[in-house]
Amino acid sequence: MSRIIVVTSGKGGVGKTTVTSNLGAALAQVGCTVALIDADFGLRNLDLLLGLEERVVYTALDVLAGECRLAQALVKDKRLKGLVLLPAAQNRNKESVQPEQMKKITSALTKGYDYILIDSPAGIEMGFRNAIAAATESVIVTTPEVAAVRDADRVIGLLEAEGIHNIRLIINRVRPEMVQTNKMMSVEDVLELLAVPLVGVVPDDEKVIVATNKGEPLVIAEDYSLPALSFTNIARRLQGEKVPFLDLMAEQNNILTRIRRIFGG
Amino acid sequence: MISELSELMEMIFPWNTNKNSREEAKRRLQLILAHDRANVNPMMINRMREEILAVVARYVEINKDEMEIALENSDRMTALIANLPIVKFKRVAGAEENSQPLPADINLDLT
Repeated sequence: MSRIIVVTSGKGGVGKTTVTSNLGAALAQVGCTVALIDADFGLRNLDLLLGLEERVVYTALDVLAGECRLAQALVKDKRLKGLVLLPAAQNRNKESVQPEQMKKITSALTKGYDYILIDSPAGIEMGFRNAIAAATESVIVTTPEVAAVRDADRVIGLLEAEGIHNIRLIINRVRPEMVQTNKMMSVEDVLELLAVPLVGVVPDDEKVIVATNKGEPLVIAEDYSLPALSFTNIARRLQGEKVPFLDLMAEQNNILTRIRRIFGG
Repeated sequence: MISELSELMEMIFPWNTNKNSREEAKRRLQLILAHDRANVNPMMINRMREEILAVVARYVEINKDEMEIALENSDRMTALIANLPIVKFKRVAGAEENSQPLPADINLDLT
Protein backbone atom coordinates (compact mmCIF):
# COMPACT_ATOMS: atom_id res chain seq x y z
CA MET A 1 0.00 0.00 0.00
CA SER A 2 1.48 3.32 -0.94
CA ARG A 3 0.99 6.34 1.25
CA ILE A 4 -0.33 9.62 -0.05
CA ILE A 5 0.80 12.53 2.09
CA VAL A 6 -0.01 16.19 1.46
CA VAL A 7 2.45 18.77 2.78
CA THR A 8 0.54 21.93 3.58
CA SER A 9 0.57 24.96 5.88
CA GLY A 10 -1.99 27.61 5.06
CA LYS A 11 0.55 30.40 5.29
CA GLY A 12 3.11 30.81 2.53
CA GLY A 13 6.84 30.90 3.04
CA VAL A 14 7.04 28.59 6.04
CA GLY A 15 8.98 25.88 4.22
CA LYS A 16 6.49 23.50 2.59
CA THR A 17 8.56 23.01 -0.55
CA THR A 18 11.81 22.64 1.41
CA VAL A 19 10.14 20.01 3.58
CA THR A 20 8.69 18.15 0.58
CA SER A 21 12.00 18.03 -1.30
CA ASN A 22 14.01 16.94 1.73
CA LEU A 23 11.50 14.35 2.93
CA GLY A 24 11.31 12.94 -0.59
CA ALA A 25 15.08 12.72 -0.80
CA ALA A 26 15.41 11.26 2.71
CA LEU A 27 12.78 8.59 2.01
CA ALA A 28 14.51 7.69 -1.27
CA GLN A 29 17.80 7.42 0.62
CA VAL A 30 16.41 4.71 2.85
CA GLY A 31 15.26 2.77 -0.18
CA CYS A 32 11.66 3.86 -0.70
CA THR A 33 10.28 4.78 -4.09
CA VAL A 34 8.90 8.30 -3.94
CA ALA A 35 6.87 10.43 -6.35
CA LEU A 36 6.72 14.14 -5.54
CA ILE A 37 3.80 16.06 -6.98
CA ASP A 38 4.09 19.82 -7.28
CA ALA A 39 0.50 20.95 -6.78
CA ASP A 40 1.39 24.62 -6.90
CA PHE A 41 0.12 25.29 -10.41
CA GLY A 42 1.28 28.64 -11.71
CA LEU A 43 3.94 29.08 -9.03
CA ARG A 44 5.91 25.88 -9.19
CA ASN A 45 9.15 25.71 -7.24
CA LEU A 46 9.70 22.12 -6.25
CA ASP A 47 11.67 21.51 -9.47
CA LEU A 48 13.98 24.38 -8.52
CA LEU A 49 14.66 23.18 -4.99
CA LEU A 50 15.43 19.71 -6.31
CA GLY A 51 17.71 21.11 -9.01
CA LEU A 52 15.58 19.48 -11.71
CA GLU A 53 14.26 22.63 -13.40
CA GLU A 54 16.33 22.14 -16.55
CA ARG A 55 14.94 18.71 -17.08
CA VAL A 56 11.23 19.48 -16.93
CA VAL A 57 9.64 18.66 -20.29
CA TYR A 58 6.01 17.86 -19.58
CA THR A 59 3.81 18.78 -16.63
CA ALA A 60 0.83 17.29 -14.83
CA LEU A 61 -1.40 19.37 -17.07
CA ASP A 62 0.07 17.81 -20.23
CA VAL A 63 -0.69 14.40 -18.76
CA LEU A 64 -4.28 15.43 -18.08
CA ALA A 65 -4.62 16.88 -21.58
CA GLY A 66 -3.43 13.57 -23.00
CA GLU A 67 -0.40 15.18 -24.60
CA CYS A 68 1.99 12.77 -22.96
CA ARG A 69 1.98 9.64 -20.88
CA LEU A 70 2.34 9.93 -17.10
CA ALA A 71 5.74 8.19 -17.21
CA GLN A 72 7.02 10.75 -19.72
CA ALA A 73 6.16 13.65 -17.45
CA LEU A 74 7.99 12.20 -14.44
CA VAL A 75 11.45 13.71 -13.97
CA LYS A 76 13.85 11.18 -12.47
CA ASP A 77 16.37 12.44 -9.93
CA LYS A 78 19.73 11.10 -11.08
CA ARG A 79 21.30 11.46 -7.65
CA LEU A 80 18.68 9.38 -5.88
CA LYS A 81 17.33 6.13 -7.17
CA GLY A 82 13.56 5.89 -6.73
CA LEU A 83 12.84 9.64 -6.56
CA VAL A 84 10.73 11.27 -9.28
CA LEU A 85 9.01 14.61 -9.67
CA LEU A 86 5.73 15.36 -11.40
CA PRO A 87 6.06 19.07 -12.20
CA ALA A 88 3.20 21.55 -12.09
CA ALA A 89 2.37 23.69 -15.09
CA GLN A 90 3.86 27.13 -14.76
CA ASN A 91 1.81 28.92 -17.41
CA ARG A 92 -1.59 28.14 -15.93
CA ASN A 93 -3.38 29.06 -12.77
CA LYS A 94 -4.66 27.02 -9.86
CA GLU A 95 -8.15 26.78 -11.32
CA SER A 96 -6.94 24.82 -14.33
CA VAL A 97 -7.08 21.51 -12.48
CA GLN A 98 -9.96 19.78 -10.70
CA PRO A 99 -9.78 17.67 -7.51
CA GLU A 100 -11.03 14.66 -9.51
CA GLN A 101 -8.14 14.96 -11.94
CA MET A 102 -5.62 15.12 -9.10
CA LYS A 103 -7.14 11.96 -7.68
CA LYS A 104 -6.77 10.21 -11.01
CA ILE A 105 -3.08 11.09 -11.37
CA THR A 106 -2.32 10.20 -7.76
CA SER A 107 -4.04 6.86 -7.92
CA ALA A 108 -2.07 6.03 -11.09
CA LEU A 109 1.16 6.84 -9.25
CA THR A 110 0.29 4.59 -6.30
CA LYS A 111 0.86 1.63 -8.61
CA GLY A 112 4.58 2.39 -8.87
CA TYR A 113 5.61 4.27 -5.74
CA ASP A 114 5.70 3.68 -1.97
CA TYR A 115 5.17 7.34 -1.16
CA ILE A 116 3.34 10.09 -3.00
CA LEU A 117 4.20 13.46 -1.45
CA ILE A 118 2.04 16.35 -2.60
CA ASP A 119 3.46 19.86 -2.21
CA SER A 120 0.43 22.06 -1.61
CA PRO A 121 0.27 25.73 -2.54
CA ALA A 122 -0.28 28.30 0.21
CA GLY A 123 -3.83 29.35 0.95
CA ILE A 124 -7.05 27.41 1.35
CA GLU A 125 -8.60 27.93 -2.06
CA MET A 126 -8.77 25.78 -5.19
CA GLY A 127 -5.05 24.91 -5.28
CA PHE A 128 -5.22 23.65 -1.71
CA ARG A 129 -8.43 21.73 -2.48
CA ASN A 130 -6.70 20.03 -5.39
CA ALA A 131 -3.64 19.20 -3.31
CA ILE A 132 -5.60 17.52 -0.51
CA ALA A 133 -8.15 15.77 -2.75
CA ALA A 134 -6.25 12.51 -3.03
CA ALA A 135 -4.34 12.59 0.25
CA THR A 136 -4.98 10.19 3.11
CA GLU A 137 -2.44 11.75 5.46
CA SER A 138 -1.05 15.20 6.00
CA VAL A 139 2.10 16.84 7.25
CA ILE A 140 1.50 20.39 8.44
CA VAL A 141 4.45 22.75 8.31
CA THR A 142 4.47 25.73 10.63
CA THR A 143 6.95 28.08 12.25
CA PRO A 144 6.82 29.41 15.84
CA GLU A 145 5.14 32.63 14.71
CA VAL A 146 1.60 33.81 15.37
CA ALA A 147 0.46 34.05 11.75
CA ALA A 148 1.87 30.65 10.79
CA VAL A 149 0.34 28.94 13.82
CA ARG A 150 -3.05 30.52 13.26
CA ASP A 151 -3.09 29.47 9.61
CA ALA A 152 -1.91 25.98 10.51
CA ASP A 153 -4.83 25.66 12.91
CA ARG A 154 -7.27 26.71 10.21
CA VAL A 155 -5.83 24.18 7.78
CA ILE A 156 -5.97 21.40 10.39
CA GLY A 157 -9.67 22.17 10.81
CA LEU A 158 -10.24 22.01 7.06
CA LEU A 159 -8.35 18.72 6.71
CA GLU A 160 -10.36 17.15 9.51
CA ALA A 161 -13.56 18.33 7.86
CA GLU A 162 -12.40 16.56 4.68
CA GLY A 163 -11.90 13.34 6.60
CA ILE A 164 -8.09 13.48 6.73
CA HIS A 165 -7.40 12.65 10.36
CA ASN A 166 -3.85 11.40 10.09
CA ILE A 167 -2.27 14.82 10.62
CA ARG A 168 1.23 15.42 11.91
CA LEU A 169 3.15 18.58 12.59
CA ILE A 170 6.58 19.83 11.57
CA ILE A 171 7.77 22.93 13.38
CA ASN A 172 10.25 24.64 11.11
CA ARG A 173 12.75 27.45 11.67
CA VAL A 174 13.05 27.07 15.41
CA ARG A 175 15.67 29.37 16.92
CA PRO A 176 16.66 27.91 20.30
CA GLU A 177 18.50 31.04 21.40
CA MET A 178 15.32 33.07 20.93
CA VAL A 179 13.23 30.50 22.79
CA GLN A 180 15.76 30.62 25.60
CA THR A 181 15.34 34.38 25.97
CA ASN A 182 11.54 34.15 25.69
CA LYS A 183 11.45 35.88 22.33
CA MET A 184 10.02 32.92 20.45
CA MET A 185 7.40 30.30 21.22
CA SER A 186 8.87 26.92 22.04
CA VAL A 187 8.00 23.60 20.38
CA GLU A 188 5.91 22.79 23.46
CA ASP A 189 4.04 26.08 23.20
CA VAL A 190 3.08 25.42 19.58
CA LEU A 191 2.11 21.81 20.32
CA GLU A 192 -0.09 22.93 23.18
CA LEU A 193 -1.86 25.39 20.89
CA LEU A 194 -2.34 23.14 17.86
CA ALA A 195 -2.79 19.81 19.67
CA VAL A 196 -1.71 17.56 16.81
CA PRO A 197 1.11 15.02 17.10
CA LEU A 198 4.63 16.21 16.32
CA VAL A 199 6.64 14.47 13.61
CA GLY A 200 9.64 16.77 13.53
CA VAL A 201 11.41 19.95 14.59
CA VAL A 202 13.73 21.70 12.14
CA PRO A 203 16.13 24.37 13.40
CA ASP A 204 16.55 27.62 11.53
CA ASP A 205 19.83 27.29 9.66
CA GLU A 206 21.47 29.21 6.85
CA LYS A 207 22.49 25.91 5.30
CA VAL A 208 18.87 25.53 4.21
CA ILE A 209 19.23 28.57 1.96
CA VAL A 210 22.64 27.44 0.70
CA ALA A 211 21.09 24.11 -0.26
CA THR A 212 18.28 25.79 -2.18
CA ASN A 213 20.84 27.97 -3.97
CA LYS A 214 22.46 24.80 -5.25
CA GLY A 215 19.23 22.93 -5.96
CA GLU A 216 20.39 20.11 -3.75
CA PRO A 217 18.27 18.75 -0.88
CA LEU A 218 20.16 19.08 2.41
CA VAL A 219 19.92 15.40 3.14
CA ILE A 220 22.14 14.53 0.17
CA ALA A 221 24.69 17.29 0.84
CA GLU A 222 28.11 16.03 1.82
CA ASP A 223 28.63 18.14 4.90
CA TYR A 224 26.58 17.26 7.90
CA SER A 225 23.97 19.72 9.08
CA LEU A 226 21.45 19.75 11.88
CA PRO A 227 18.45 20.42 9.60
CA ALA A 228 19.49 17.49 7.38
CA LEU A 229 19.49 15.24 10.43
CA SER A 230 16.04 16.58 11.34
CA PHE A 231 14.68 15.70 7.89
CA THR A 232 16.22 12.23 7.95
CA ASN A 233 14.65 11.67 11.36
CA ILE A 234 11.24 12.79 10.10
CA ALA A 235 11.51 10.33 7.20
CA ARG A 236 12.32 7.55 9.67
CA ARG A 237 9.37 8.51 11.87
CA LEU A 238 7.09 8.43 8.81
CA GLN A 239 8.39 4.92 8.26
CA GLY A 240 7.14 4.02 11.73
CA GLU A 241 10.48 4.08 13.52
CA LYS A 242 10.64 5.57 17.01
CA VAL A 243 13.30 8.26 16.77
CA PRO A 244 13.82 10.65 19.68
CA PHE A 245 13.44 14.34 18.87
CA LEU A 246 16.60 16.42 18.65
CA ASP A 247 17.11 18.45 21.77
CA LEU A 248 17.75 21.81 20.19
CA MET A 249 17.74 23.48 23.55
CA ALA A 250 20.65 21.35 24.71
CA GLU A 251 22.97 23.25 22.42
CA GLN A 252 21.94 26.38 24.26
CA ASN A 253 23.30 24.95 27.47
CA ASN A 254 26.37 27.03 27.07
CA ILE A 255 28.28 29.60 29.05
CA LEU A 256 25.38 32.05 28.87
CA THR A 257 22.92 29.68 30.46
CA ARG A 258 25.41 28.92 33.16
CA ILE A 259 26.04 32.59 33.92
CA ARG A 260 22.30 33.11 34.04
CA ARG A 261 21.92 30.27 36.46
CA ILE A 262 24.52 31.78 38.75
CA PHE A 263 22.41 34.93 38.86
CA GLY A 264 19.32 32.92 39.51
CA GLY A 265 17.70 33.49 36.11
CA MET B 1 28.59 48.96 20.42
CA ILE B 2 26.13 50.08 23.02
CA SER B 3 23.33 48.18 21.36
CA GLU B 4 25.47 45.05 21.25
CA LEU B 5 26.25 45.43 24.90
CA SER B 6 22.61 45.87 25.82
CA GLU B 7 21.76 42.84 23.73
CA LEU B 8 24.34 40.81 25.63
CA MET B 9 22.96 42.07 28.93
CA GLU B 10 19.52 41.11 27.77
CA MET B 11 20.68 37.60 27.00
CA ILE B 12 22.32 37.21 30.38
CA PHE B 13 19.49 38.84 32.31
CA PRO B 14 16.35 37.97 30.41
CA TRP B 15 14.16 39.43 33.16
CA ASN B 16 15.51 42.86 32.28
CA THR B 17 13.21 42.88 29.29
CA ASN B 18 9.86 43.43 30.95
CA LYS B 19 7.76 42.13 28.17
CA ASN B 20 7.99 38.49 27.38
CA SER B 21 6.88 38.34 23.77
CA ARG B 22 6.83 34.54 23.80
CA GLU B 23 4.07 34.53 26.43
CA GLU B 24 2.31 37.32 24.61
CA ALA B 25 2.27 35.34 21.35
CA LYS B 26 0.91 32.31 23.13
CA ARG B 27 -1.77 34.22 24.97
CA ARG B 28 -2.94 35.99 21.82
CA LEU B 29 -3.02 32.74 19.87
CA GLN B 30 -4.99 30.93 22.57
CA LEU B 31 -7.69 33.54 22.26
CA ILE B 32 -7.77 33.85 18.50
CA LEU B 33 -7.67 30.08 17.88
CA ALA B 34 -10.63 29.61 20.19
CA HIS B 35 -12.54 32.22 18.22
CA ASP B 36 -11.44 30.82 14.86
CA ARG B 37 -12.44 27.30 15.83
CA ALA B 38 -15.78 28.33 17.22
CA ASN B 39 -16.29 30.42 14.11
CA VAL B 40 -17.74 33.31 16.09
CA ASN B 41 -16.82 36.94 16.10
CA PRO B 42 -15.85 38.90 19.21
CA MET B 43 -19.07 40.91 18.95
CA MET B 44 -21.16 37.81 19.33
CA ILE B 45 -19.08 36.70 22.30
CA ASN B 46 -19.64 40.11 23.89
CA ARG B 47 -23.36 39.87 23.38
CA MET B 48 -23.41 36.37 24.83
CA ARG B 49 -21.38 37.59 27.80
CA GLU B 50 -23.89 40.35 28.48
CA GLU B 51 -26.85 38.03 28.22
CA ILE B 52 -25.30 35.44 30.53
CA LEU B 53 -24.51 38.20 33.03
CA ALA B 54 -28.05 39.53 32.87
CA VAL B 55 -29.44 36.09 33.71
CA VAL B 56 -26.97 35.45 36.51
CA ALA B 57 -27.52 38.93 37.93
CA ARG B 58 -31.16 38.10 38.59
CA TYR B 59 -30.12 35.58 41.23
CA VAL B 60 -26.72 36.58 42.54
CA GLU B 61 -24.60 39.65 42.78
CA ILE B 62 -21.27 39.12 41.05
CA ASN B 63 -17.98 40.89 41.24
CA LYS B 64 -17.76 42.40 37.79
CA ASP B 65 -14.13 43.39 38.15
CA GLU B 66 -12.91 39.88 38.70
CA MET B 67 -15.23 37.88 36.50
CA GLU B 68 -14.03 36.17 33.34
CA ILE B 69 -15.97 34.72 30.46
CA ALA B 70 -13.86 33.34 27.66
CA LEU B 71 -13.56 30.60 25.11
CA GLU B 72 -10.72 28.27 25.92
CA ASN B 73 -9.08 25.45 24.07
CA SER B 74 -7.59 22.26 25.12
CA ASP B 75 -6.82 19.33 22.91
CA ARG B 76 -8.78 20.71 19.96
CA MET B 77 -11.93 21.08 22.07
CA THR B 78 -13.35 24.51 22.73
CA ALA B 79 -15.12 25.31 25.96
CA LEU B 80 -16.87 28.39 27.28
CA ILE B 81 -15.30 29.01 30.65
CA ALA B 82 -17.06 31.40 32.98
CA ASN B 83 -15.62 32.41 36.29
CA LEU B 84 -18.10 34.64 38.11
CA PRO B 85 -17.12 35.42 41.71
CA ILE B 86 -20.30 35.76 43.74
CA VAL B 87 -20.47 38.67 46.16
CA LYS B 88 -23.78 37.60 47.69
CA PHE B 89 -26.89 35.65 46.90
CA LYS B 90 -29.93 37.73 46.36
CA ARG B 91 -33.05 37.01 48.33
CA VAL B 92 -35.42 36.78 45.48
CA ALA B 93 -38.52 38.59 46.72
CA GLY B 94 -41.43 36.22 47.13
CA ALA B 95 -39.38 33.16 46.24
CA GLU B 96 -41.54 30.94 48.39
CA GLU B 97 -44.78 32.23 47.01
CA ASN B 98 -43.42 31.50 43.59
CA SER B 99 -43.26 27.81 44.29
CA GLN B 100 -46.15 25.96 42.77
CA PRO B 101 -49.17 25.97 45.10
CA LEU B 102 -50.79 22.59 45.66
CA PRO B 103 -54.04 22.14 43.83
CA ALA B 104 -56.95 22.59 46.17
CA ASP B 105 -59.05 19.72 44.91
CA ILE B 106 -56.46 17.02 45.52
CA ASN B 107 -58.01 13.60 46.10
CA LEU B 108 -56.70 11.84 49.20
CA ASP B 109 -59.31 9.17 49.37
CA LEU B 110 -57.92 5.78 50.46
CA THR B 111 -60.70 3.71 49.04
